[in-house]
Amino acid sequence: MATPAEEIKDPVDGIGCSRKRKEDARFIQGKGNYTDDLKLPGTVFGAFVRSPIAHGRVVSINKEPALAHPGVLAVLTAEDLAPLSLHWMPTLAGDKQMVLADGKVCFQQQEVAFVIAEDRYVAADAIELVEVEYEELPVIIDGRRAMDDDAPVIRDDLEGQTEGAHGERIHANHIFRWDVGDAEATDKAFDTAPITVSEDISYQRVHPCPLETCGCVSNFDKISGELTVYLTSQAPHVVRTVVSMLSGIAESKVHVIAPDIGGGFGNKVGVYPGYVCAIVGSIVLGRPVKWIESRVENLAATAFARDYHMHGEIAADENGRIQALRVNVLADHGAFDACADPSKFPAGLFSIVTGSYDIPSAFARVDGVYSNKAPGGVAYRCSFRVTEASYLIERMMDVLAHKLGVDPAEIRSRNFIKAEQFPYTSCLGWEYDSGDYHTAMNQALEAVDYEGLRKEQAEKRANGDLMGIGVAFFTEIVGAGPTKNCDILGIGMIDSCEIRVHPTGSVIARLGTKSQGQGHETTYAQIIATELGIPSDDIQIEEGDTATAPYGLGTYGSRSTPVGGAAAARAARKVKDKARKIAAAMMEVSPADLDWDTDRFIVKGLPDQSRTIKEIAMAAYQHLPEGLEQGLEAVEYYDPPNFTYPFGAYLCVVDIDRYTGEVKIRRFYALDDCGTRINPMIIEGQVHGGLTEALAIALGQELSFDEDGNILSASFMDYFLPTAVETPHWETDFTVTPSPHHPIGAKGVGESPNVGGVSAISNAVIDAFAHKGVTHLQMPHTAYSVWKTINELGINQ
Amino acid sequence: MGKKLISMTVNGQTHEVAVEPRQLLIHTLREELGLTGSHIGCETSHCGACTVDFNGESVKSCTLLAVQADGADILTVEGLANDGVLHPVQEGFTEKHGLQCGFCTPGMMIRAYRLLQENPNPSEEEIRTGISGNLCRCTGYQNIVRAVQYAAEKLSAE
Ligand code: FES
Ligand code: FES
Repeated sequence: MATPAEEIKDPVDGIGCSRKRKEDARFIQGKGNYTDDLKLPGTVFGAFVRSPIAHGRVVSINKEPALAHPGVLAVLTAEDLAPLSLHWMPTLAGDKQMVLADGKVCFQQQEVAFVIAEDRYVAADAIELVEVEYEELPVIIDGRRAMDDDAPVIRDDLEGQTEGAHGERIHANHIFRWDVGDAEATDKAFDTAPITVSEDISYQRVHPCPLETCGCVSNFDKISGELTVYLTSQAPHVVRTVVSMLSGIAESKVHVIAPDIGGGFGNKVGVYPGYVCAIVGSIVLGRPVKWIESRVENLAATAFARDYHMHGEIAADENGRIQALRVNVLADHGAFDACADPSKFPAGLFSIVTGSYDIPSAFARVDGVYSNKAPGGVAYRCSFRVTEASYLIERMMDVLAHKLGVDPAEIRSRNFIKAEQFPYTSCLGWEYDSGDYHTAMNQALEAVDYEGLRKEQAEKRANGDLMGIGVAFFTEIVGAGPTKNCDILGIGMIDSCEIRVHPTGSVIARLGTKSQGQGHETTYAQIIATELGIPSDDIQIEEGDTATAPYGLGTYGSRSTPVGGAAAARAARKVKDKARKIAAAMMEVSPADLDWDTDRFIVKGLPDQSRTIKEIAMAAYQHLPEGLEQGLEAVEYYDPPNFTYPFGAYLCVVDIDRYTGEVKIRRFYALDDCGTRINPMIIEGQVHGGLTEALAIALGQELSFDEDGNILSASFMDYFLPTAVETPHWETDFTVTPSPHHPIGAKGVGESPNVGGVSAISNAVIDAFAHKGVTHLQMPHTAYSVWKTINELGINQ
Repeated sequence: MGKKLISMTVNGQTHEVAVEPRQLLIHTLREELGLTGSHIGCETSHCGACTVDFNGESVKSCTLLAVQADGADILTVEGLANDGVLHPVQEGFTEKHGLQCGFCTPGMMIRAYRLLQENPNPSEEEIRTGISGNLCRCTGYQNIVRAVQYAAEKLSAE
């Protein structure tokens, strides 16, 4: 079993070391500082009155009984927010969203009124006292019905608008159409190809569901006019900009602080009505207003993910060499388009859909539609729409293999982009930075004794047992992104690092990203340690406070290492350049005469003539010769030249109980190539966590609704989160193919396991039925849905 | 609403607090006593983020009224370390990378603390079952299992 634990001895505990985490000390002693832990004097509590129906007009709202309740301070409705133009807010996707119901409600649990009270119990009492009368309207729950002729119009506010933020709208419930690739060449390939396959593949609506829900504390200082908002944000700087734009308060007077965050996974990227209402409340009342989501609210109202209905087609030759790929997607975005994608990419980076394969032509079309479900469309532990794309191609590879009677591992190997083809430009326009797919795949197949497993499977099948082997290979596209094509609200997707070396040689570094458990305080320090020769323990990392950290776009889409980590390395190099000049002055030589060694500059050819970085740090604050300025610090705003493309080979073995339909993961092997590995212990931890989320999605998670739009999975009773019992032992392995354009060659890893894991597990379940002619089954593969398949096939007879 | 005076021992210290009869224990701990180490992840007894040790049992404090804790002896994460020396469970969690965001960690450790008294030498399977009332979204449990094993070894060597 390959569970490598390479131990590198390094005097500064830098890149490559499994350094223990710096942040743990406070968490294991109950001294974390999460948003709800904050207790500002005079804090009052906000809670929402939410819609019980999925679609309807708001006929009237009577807030008097609530206002008369002791301890209630205010009740806000859209009418109160309208004079401030805050009853609606812009979304990151170029749409707008109601903050509080403005005349109608478009999904169940939509925010209708915001009650502020002295205490959270009183607020909970008072929301029951707000009287709202609704007139129900027909609902659209299945996005595939949204563009029917007789479909009810969800967004009356857009009536008559034939142009959306991303071009033409062809139906009242249509948001955008996004085409990519060469349709003509693709069609032509399909016309002539000897082999074609097609399949309908849905990726169900799920929710990132971090253990801590969303929330904030807003505090407005009437005297200074400054607004301080503590909130659970993966992107505090962006929130500051949005708050300033919405409120009209100068950005210099808006102070956003993201304290410790109890997991994000994409749930904490956007701006939610709760934040806006708490901010307005604190301005109106002059007191800190706290709003903390309940779990029901979290699952029902903030940031779903996926809900992609995909149709995939492959054209190939007789040997299974792919000639073309065609994909049509119906993307259900809910009632407001609040996807968190780079502005110009309404379907995110879905065009990575050609995956790890050398495909000559491809065409993909994505149509986004409205439905009576909550807004969102976030990247749940993945880069923007990359899991959807990866799932589609990895399922289609199996479908093709099945049609040709070729082994799934073999069909992939036949189509892989070859090592010598990198940097490789895909037919949909991405330039893959580096990769060696064949090596990774072969290492994986050998590690699990793939041939042996297939033999065992054949024997099991002969006995009527159900055993599945899932093969998945993925290529991610992460680290958004180059400002030439990536922005959010017009701000290029840079990230940043500021490093200050103090006179005694310790360091503080601040970054524009924000950890939610990824261990940035540990790993960023390792990067700087290696660059500067200063022990990691002497390097303090800070993030999340917009008043002190340089501007950055935050942590999601695995962008911290590719963008923030690069900024850290380059800021350190700027510091080192200055240190070189100071060292040269100290030893009266030219900077060019110095060599760097671990933690010091040495005069070429004179090894005993040297100055350590510590000595240089002190000298930096003393008298210096003319032309040299005191201080030893630097800021880097990093605009990545390209994305990074982590990849991996995953293999999953499942046994299925043919009477109950229960799926048991017997073995899961994950080989990840994330380029240079900064902290192997943390990488493995990220892989374990991502795989567990993948298991959840593949085998159980789904936000489901009844036909009236009632959400059926808004608590942990109904929304599947695996416990330690359902979670298997994960085997991890790796290869290292550094990114050629990243300063330290790192690519990012946090999301890979979710991208590859879902495909591997789903492929395994479906493979268990391959000998019965099954080519596809929809996720989630719950015991009940698998049992239904077994029953239909008569396997349990 | 009329308040009721209760008395409970938390981390070895006796506290008298006046609470509304409907107040949940987790709110009393977090908001009246300022012990914010125990968290709220669901309010429905599923996640275990609010787990405290209550008269020698692991209990989800979001599902108990504070008035039910009158006279109780409670241990929370803040009371695990002894005079600044980490408890082996705490040591195990950091040594074996048993936490990421840290939100489940206090509840998870308090559960592990009790589990190791119920069963000082648990198998991997017993650990997994023993902590199955506590959800973690970040770690995939593997390193939590190793953390508990570390603590078990350390405790039995003591
Ligand atoms: S908050 Fe108590 S079990 Fe989740
Ligand atoms: S460490 Fe984040 S939930 Fe467990």
